[in-house]
Amino acid sequence: MALKKDFVKFDKVDKSYDGKILVVKDLQLDIEEGEFVTMLGPSGSGKTTCLMMLAGFETPTHGEIYLDGRAISSIPPHKRGIGMVFQNYALFPHMTVYENLAFPLRVRKIPKDEADKKIDKALSMVSLQGFADRMPGQLSGGQQQRVAVARSLVFDPQLVLMDEPLGALDKNLRESMQYEIKHIHESIGVTVVYVTHDQSEALTMSNRIAVFNDGKVQQLSSPDELYEKPVNSFVAEFIGENNTFAGEVTDISGGKCKVKVANSEILANPISVKGKGEKTKISLRPERALINPSDKMDNIYSGKIEEVIYHGDHTRVRINLLGNNEFILKVPNSSANMDIKLGKDIKIGWNSEDARALDPK
Amino acid sequence: MSSETKQILTTDGIPLEVSLKKAERRNKIKAFLLVAPLLLFLIITYVFPIGEMLMRSVDDKMVTEMLPKTFKAMEKWDGKELPEEEVFAAFHEDFLKLVEEKREGKLSTQLNYTKNGFKSIIKKLRRKSKNFEEGNYKEQIMAVHKRWADVEYWNAIKQRAPAITGQKYLKGMDMYKNETGKIVSVSEDRRIHRILWLRTLEIAFFVTLFCFLMAYPIAHLLATLPMKYSNLLMICVLLPFWTSLLVRTASWMILLQQQGIVNDFFVGIGLVADDARPEMMYNKTGTYVAMTQILLPFMVLPLYSVMKTISPSLMRAGKSLGGTPIVAFWKVYFPLTIPGIGAGCLLCFILAIGYYITPALVGGASGTLISNQIAFHMKSTLDWSFASAMGLMLLAGVLAIYWVYNKLVGIDNIKLG
Repeated sequence: MALKKDFVKFDKVDKSYDGKILVVKDLQLDIEEGEFVTMLGPSGSGKTTCLMMLAGFETPTHGEIYLDGRAISSIPPHKRGIGMVFQNYALFPHMTVYENLAFPLRVRKIPKDEADKKIDKALSMVSLQGFADRMPGQLSGGQQQRVAVARSLVFDPQLVLMDEPLGALDKNLRESMQYEIKHIHESIGVTVVYVTHDQSEALTMSNRIAVFNDGKVQQLSSPDELYEKPVNSFVAEFIGENNTFAGEVTDISGGKCKVKVANSEILANPISVKGKGEKTKISLRPERALINPSDKMDNIYSGKIEEVIYHGDHTRVRINLLGNNEFILKVPNSSANMDIKLGKDIKIGWNSEDARALDPK
Repeated sequence: MSSETKQILTTDGIPLEVSLKKAERRNKIKAFLLVAPLLLFLIITYVFPIGEMLMRSVDDKMVTEMLPKTFKAMEKWDGKELPEEEVFAAFHEDFLKLVEEKREGKLSTQLNYTKNGFKSIIKKLRRKSKNFEEGNYKEQIMAVHKRWADVEYWNAIKQRAPAITGQKYLKGMDMYKNETGKIVSVSEDRRIHRILWLRTLEIAFFVTLFCFLMAYPIAHLLATLPMKYSNLLMICVLLPFWTSLLVRTASWMILLQQQGIVNDFFVGIGLVADDARPEMMYNKTGTYVAMTQILLPFMVLPLYSVMKTISPSLMRAGKSLGGTPIVAFWKVYFPLTIPGIGAGCLLCFILAIGYYITPALVGGASGTLISNQIAFHMKSTLDWSFASAMGLMLLAGVLAIYWVYNKLVGIDNIKLG
């Protein structure tokens, strides 16, 4: 069976609550069958609204959403057959774990012995066998979360939505739950749309990430591409750490451009600049800049060490470079790098490919 | 380690338990002093009056003290035939003393409670007894009125001998102890209290039901609307609450009377003919309408406080899992509101059972409740002991409802706010 490319399709969707402000603008988004897609963005960027429109709790102001080829705007939530995990778990507090899981099966009139098998399977999937008779109040946060995941999967939906499901858990539990959810997704191949504002969560779990800002998808791509090749300044700054130089393009030729920053000219990779005289912002990941660079690198500058922060396996070094006082370097903690001292001048280099000249914003 | 527990000492050698008690004593005294005013208030305004009521409801000393010699002489009498001369003589002696103190009227009132017909024969006895000759009082008293020769009347007197009686309670249930001491119901045409008790329960039940049906959607709306609207709605719910009960009842009288606004409206839209305006007041309808309106906030508030705590995502979860809105409501939302329903219904029912002013004003003859009867005995017949007995029966009824509720739902499963 070929996997559908546009299993979920947002087609020119607009959403406004008050008729004045658009929280989702002209959203165009295709999600492949079996994919794990994360909607990532700051709060108020419209990602949860998109999820709620998909679940059926909000209606699009304009445009249409398709699920498996069907327009679903006029289908009420309970007929969409979409599993959902809520931010605060939303387990039914007056029902046991078993009854919580049995709820979606009972409303579908699935016979009891078949339902019991499904419930057993779902509970073992989240390794909660033997908890069937507990009340949700008797479980820890992590266990409740797993019950919520099991409940959203027990009726074999084609699509599962997760709305910041790990937000209430502490850091360690959150990380282990990330892997657990990822493994469940891999083993049963269900399509998952996941909403979070935590970028490391998104990078760990997803096949593709849709970065939301200002009601728009800024970039939709795989985690590595998103990190290595951000298409605009917002994505570059939102995902991971980032060093920036604001400047003006002075020359552009042969897949490279020259950007005037302070009194120097940096060689950069033109991503969203087209011609001379344009304002731009250069983005450079901290780990792509090296100290004591080899001569092959086409950008080599010298700067003064302003701050040194010891992190165990690596050291963070803040450098004043080309007028940018916030230039961060991550230096591996090896014997070759013992001479990093505060106030010292140091040579730093990087390849022009890694310096991406983006929109000036 | 040995099986017996070793006493643990603190660093300065005092046993730990003693030390702990000492340390906590101050806090305990402080806590007690803090609740002391409330305790005192409760004792003065609740325990003491209830105790006083209990005493009054069973107290029957008055007649015992008025006829001490008679009751002493009656001790040996078996009550089957007329008593001996000895009893008549003792009664005559007691009676003379009462006449002297001008208390024979009180005796006649008291005896009349037990059996009708004493009033006139005691009046007659007082007149005739002035001319009594010494000796053979039995003949002379029996000659005053034929009822004095009736063994039933003497039995009625004997019934009043004990200083404590449960007779008022029996009367409250339309029962009495007959001349032979058996507990029987009064004749059917005189059973007014049973009708009142049943009507009180019926009205309280339906008022609670109506309140529930009306309050549930209001409370749901209050709990789910955005703050700025829900505050306004809350004020609307509470506004009648802040208005005097009497004013609200009076305004219902204006609305519901035959020439009132509601009837005018019905006639205006052609629902009823002008000469056939329905009576909506001075009957049960009036009581239902006015009491439901007055008790509504007591149902809305507990429901609201419970619904406020139910996360809206639960209903969403129910729907996303495939439940229709009705299923999601019935299986998820409704069970979670049961503590509020329990609290609201219990509150409404208990308040309704003891309601007084509203039924008194709009209830008429067929819409009055047991509390109106209690008030009647407090104010008009001045039979306070009977009023007390009925009051206590009402209290016992409320406690019984509370007990049943506890058995069925569990009192922990209640939420008042």
